[in-house]
Amino acid sequence: MLYLFCGFYIHKRGFNMISEILQTLPQVLVDGLTLGAVYAVVAIGYTMVYGILEFINFAHGEIFMTGAFVGTSTLLIFNTAGLLSGMPGWVAYILILVTAMLFTGLMGVGIERVAYRPLRKAPKLITLISAIGVSFLLQDIVRFIADLKTGSFLVTGISLYNENVKIKTSSIWDSFDDAFLKTNSIIVLAVAVLLMIGLDIFINRTKWGVAMRAVAQDRETASLMSINVNKVIALTFFIGSALGGGTGVLFAQQYGTIDPYIGFILGLKAFTAAVLGGIGNVRGAMFGGLFIGVLEMFSAANLGIITSGNFGGEYKDVVAFIILITILIFKPEGLFGRAVKEKV
Amino acid sequence: MNFMDKWKTKLQHLPTQASIYTLFVVVTALSVYFLDKSVVAFLLLLGSLLLLYFTSFKNSVKWAVGGILLFIVIPFATSGGLAHESYMEVATQCGIYIAMALGLNIVVGFAGLLDLGFVAFFAIGAYTYAIFATPQANNFISGQLFPLSGSSFWLFILIGGFVAALFGVLLGLPVLRVKGDYLAIVTLGFGEIIRIIFNNMEKPINITNGAMGLSSIQPPNLFGLKFTFPHQFYFIVVGILVIVIFTVRRLEHSKMGRSWKAIRENEIAAQSMGIPLIRTKLTAFAVGASFSGMMGVVFAAKQTFIDPTSFTLLESITILVMVILGGMGSVPGVILGAALVTILNLQVLTELTNWLNQLTMNGTISIPNALSPSKMQRFIFGAILVCIAIFRPNGLIVAKNRKVDAEQLKAERSHTPVPVGQSTGQSGGVAK
Repeated sequence: MLYLFCGFYIHKRGFNMISEILQTLPQVLVDGLTLGAVYAVVAIGYTMVYGILEFINFAHGEIFMTGAFVGTSTLLIFNTAGLLSGMPGWVAYILILVTAMLFTGLMGVGIERVAYRPLRKAPKLITLISAIGVSFLLQDIVRFIADLKTGSFLVTGISLYNENVKIKTSSIWDSFDDAFLKTNSIIVLAVAVLLMIGLDIFINRTKWGVAMRAVAQDRETASLMSINVNKVIALTFFIGSALGGGTGVLFAQQYGTIDPYIGFILGLKAFTAAVLGGIGNVRGAMFGGLFIGVLEMFSAANLGIITSGNFGGEYKDVVAFIILITILIFKPEGLFGRAVKEKV
Repeated sequence: MNFMDKWKTKLQHLPTQASIYTLFVVVTALSVYFLDKSVVAFLLLLGSLLLLYFTSFKNSVKWAVGGILLFIVIPFATSGGLAHESYMEVATQCGIYIAMALGLNIVVGFAGLLDLGFVAFFAIGAYTYAIFATPQANNFISGQLFPLSGSSFWLFILIGGFVAALFGVLLGLPVLRVKGDYLAIVTLGFGEIIRIIFNNMEKPINITNGAMGLSSIQPPNLFGLKFTFPHQFYFIVVGILVIVIFTVRRLEHSKMGRSWKAIRENEIAAQSMGIPLIRTKLTAFAVGASFSGMMGVVFAAKQTFIDPTSFTLLESITILVMVILGGMGSVPGVILGAALVTILNLQVLTELTNWLNQLTMNGTISIPNALSPSKMQRFIFGAILVCIAIFRPNGLIVAKNRKVDAEQLKAERSHTPVPVGQSTGQSGGVAK
């Protein structure tokens, strides 16, 4: 009798759990895909640089953060100049996106020139240390500019598109709740997809894209084929950083408040996405980003439910790190990458 | 030019060196003793240890003089003024960081495994003592046995080191397959995971008391003598530090130390020379972690309060900066690097901030609060890392490999035939 009762209880709990998870699933998917799009574009930056130089650009997360700040401050400048009310929202959006992308793109080229190029023949460890240094420098420079101008390193921008749209997911299946979607999420997804498609075409169809792939494959042979390796590397940094900076603007628009330290953990997760998709593989990075984004939102919403309150959403970062560690140990080439043999 | 050479030869003369050195120590010690609060004099006094390293005395003499300086001159000289405790606090912190940097140096400098989550082991050591030296442990061990008395502290130094070493191995095992940049990322993730776990372990069982931290940790107790002031902890820290330095110096030239360096230079080549990769790497992780864990215990007892905010990524990077600045793989370099960074953090930046605040208040200049030097740690560390990487990748004091003269070794071998069993211990002798 007791056994029966226990069995029934557990069954009921399990059922409740599943229905609870199902209820929030549409919202989780919507939020997860938005966040995942951000991760995906940042991940592309990591993957491109890794593919060509075989080193992790630790400062990439900070480039993303700088993009967020440049975009937000441009918008704030427009606002104080009184220009914002005169122009339609999408024009302002495009303007800040382009400004931030140009700025971070050039910054990426500058960083490569100053901090990485002198070390191209040095041991990997040294380059990595230089990259960590650059990332700390950027954090603090942005911190004190923000602090100087606004009195606090937390900056809240102006949201251009802030309406909530209700998606009637409950009409598809009655276990679902309705999901809410910011109009900005649609923009994030659309811009991210546009950037990714644009990049894909650039890499696979243009002359410069061919040069980039050639340098990634074999730098010396490429240089013998009259490809200007330094130029190609600079271009890679420009594109990767511009994508990162642009995503920063999207992020700032989506989540409102930004601080100089958002880049580090986000960069780490984007890196996880890059590794998951197979580092050096642009399409893999896109998939990895979306996957990590959805997974993070899923664990933030449901970890408490699954473990009956013992481990809550505060462990969502732990989930991402555990995935990173598991992939690196068991399938270091990622889901879509090629395994590389090491030689002496 | 001639003049300079003359001075050089004069300086190489040992009695001259000895008298100049004694004069320097006496002057700085006396000025620390008699001046009320003079940071410069104190720094010069600490600098005398560095000077000692560059003198050309015999090693045993250097050790003896160093011991006298650390155990007698420095504690005595600083006891003169009001700033006694703050001097001792700085010296104690220096000691703690030097031990940690030496631990990281084994992992990064000797074995070439970049670890960005090193502060996790420090946290593990600190929590090991803090949980059992507060009533916290009663939450999961029945019998109201806790807090343990302060006399258990001495045992906990070893336990803390051991637990940290255990975690070092636990971290090491899965990441053995991961190399280079990937390893850096994984260890960084590990450090963050440990911090998040400590931050959230108040449920389901309250083990770490979460973000609120653990307070009123029992101070160490030696036969009734309670250690609560920095000038008392100074002796504990220096004691442990001497053991750590001795261990590191012995390890560096041992078979294990040479294996670490071989792996650093080329993993596959080292493996093909018969070096067991797994065991060597794990030992590096374990030994490095254990130093950090021991100092974690001391840190917890000294602060009497710990919470997860003391163990952030910035701390890990700080320790890394110490190693890189001093010179990867160079023991005296790392000691210098750790001391410099700690003093910069604790003394120079605060003094500079106070001075600038003073100037701003007087209206001489106006420095906005955002630029105050005490907030610029990240900027300074970042700049140090980039500059060292580009201009001086070997650090301030470059690591020297012990030189072995093959001819002399052969000559020694042929003169004194040793039994096979003992001969292994004698390979790699010193020669000029």
